[in-house]
Amino acid sequence: MDNIINLLPQVFEGLKVTLQVFIFTLAFSIPLGVLIALGRLSKNKIISTVTGFYVLIMRGTPLLLQIVFIFFGLPIIGIAFDRFPAAILAFVLNYGAYFAEIFRAGISSIDEGQYEGAKVLGLPPRHIFLKIILPQATKRILPAVANEVITLVKDTALVYVVGLDELLKIGKIAANKEASLIPLVAVGIIYLLLIAVFTQLFKLVEKRYSYYQ
Amino acid sequence: MLKVEGLEKNFGKNKVLKGVNLQLEEGEITVIVGPSGGGKTTLLRCINGLTTPDDGSIIINEKYLYKDGKASSKKDEIEIRKDIGLVFQSFNLFPHMSVLENITEAPRVVLGISKEIAEKKAAEILSFLGLLDKKDNYPCELSGGQKQRVAIGRALAMEPKLICFDEPTSALDPGLTGEVANLIKKLAVEKSMTVLIITHDMNFGANVADRILSMDKGILNEEHMYMK
Repeated sequence: MDNIINLLPQVFEGLKVTLQVFIFTLAFSIPLGVLIALGRLSKNKIISTVTGFYVLIMRGTPLLLQIVFIFFGLPIIGIAFDRFPAAILAFVLNYGAYFAEIFRAGISSIDEGQYEGAKVLGLPPRHIFLKIILPQATKRILPAVANEVITLVKDTALVYVVGLDELLKIGKIAANKEASLIPLVAVGIIYLLLIAVFTQLFKLVEKRYSYYQ
Repeated sequence: MLKVEGLEKNFGKNKVLKGVNLQLEEGEITVIVGPSGGGKTTLLRCINGLTTPDDGSIIINEKYLYKDGKASSKKDEIEIRKDIGLVFQSFNLFPHMSVLENITEAPRVVLGISKEIAEKKAAEILSFLGLLDKKDNYPCELSGGQKQRVAIGRALAMEPKLICFDEPTSALDPGLTGEVANLIKKLAVEKSMTVLIITHDMNFGANVADRILSMDKGILNEEHMYMK
């Protein structure tokens, strides 16, 4: 018991790193995802091909490889990042691609009649996208986005590779030092609690959107 | 008030409109009937800016929307289009907006009318349509006939001079056809609207029309089949 209490400050520090990676990644990858989704849907062949290629690379290679590539690989050609920015950059680029595909699917699932209905009323294209299409697409993609967010909570553990002391790494060190399973179980429970919170949050948001079908 | 001259449209090698001429007089209800694939929907879509014609002219209140296949400037187009409303076959209401929001959205955004005035006008339109008690409902809570009336209200809120209907009876119970016909006649009389209807329902067409034209194989028969 004492051991666990002694461990608490470290666990708290680890949790902080985990949450920082989580929040920064979400804050930047969602806007990036919207932009890439729009690029994928663009009528301009060059833009849709380039963004399509981007998504292929980001989804087609391991996130761990991307982190290693940015932190250990890029310095070889003279581009160096600190640990934390390197990890965030890799996460944002990677998650941006996944979000882009979700957003693209959501936007293209909206019936053509919605565009036409808005167009004959004279609504400007920007307004049609932001006020007619996007809200409807958002409702449809919420379950997929929730999935991605939950995966992100667990993926944050990958930043150990650049030497950041996130939650799982703290647990592993403690488990080794004390030859005990308890620290690993403890961090497992923390992940579980985090995910329970986000699951509830998404349930609430989905409920807010349930006023229409 | 609406004049179509020599309108042509091809989809690949398929000639859908082969030089269509049409003239609508103010306050008149014109019905175009004909088999599906005859080009009547494409004609309606061209008039409403959803399909770009390859050649020909569309003139609304003396102003050219298309002149010999060339579109007018975007700015003019938006101005001219304010005079035309369209009620879709599948209504295309905005499901995430209430009935009132569906009707006030375009007047507020496009015409720049304040929320209060837009809502007051929407309430007048809804009472005209017998739907005032549904103003806070969402489209998914309405019946087909009610949805159609909201779609009509949404078009009316922009105060068009011409209102077009694409197959207004096809998504409704057969029993409601007479009701729709009465409502459209009421629009022409009380709101002095010019009405253009595309349908393959001959009985409905005969019931509602001042003038019936037939269209097949991309050609509009200009001789009246029916005149009241």
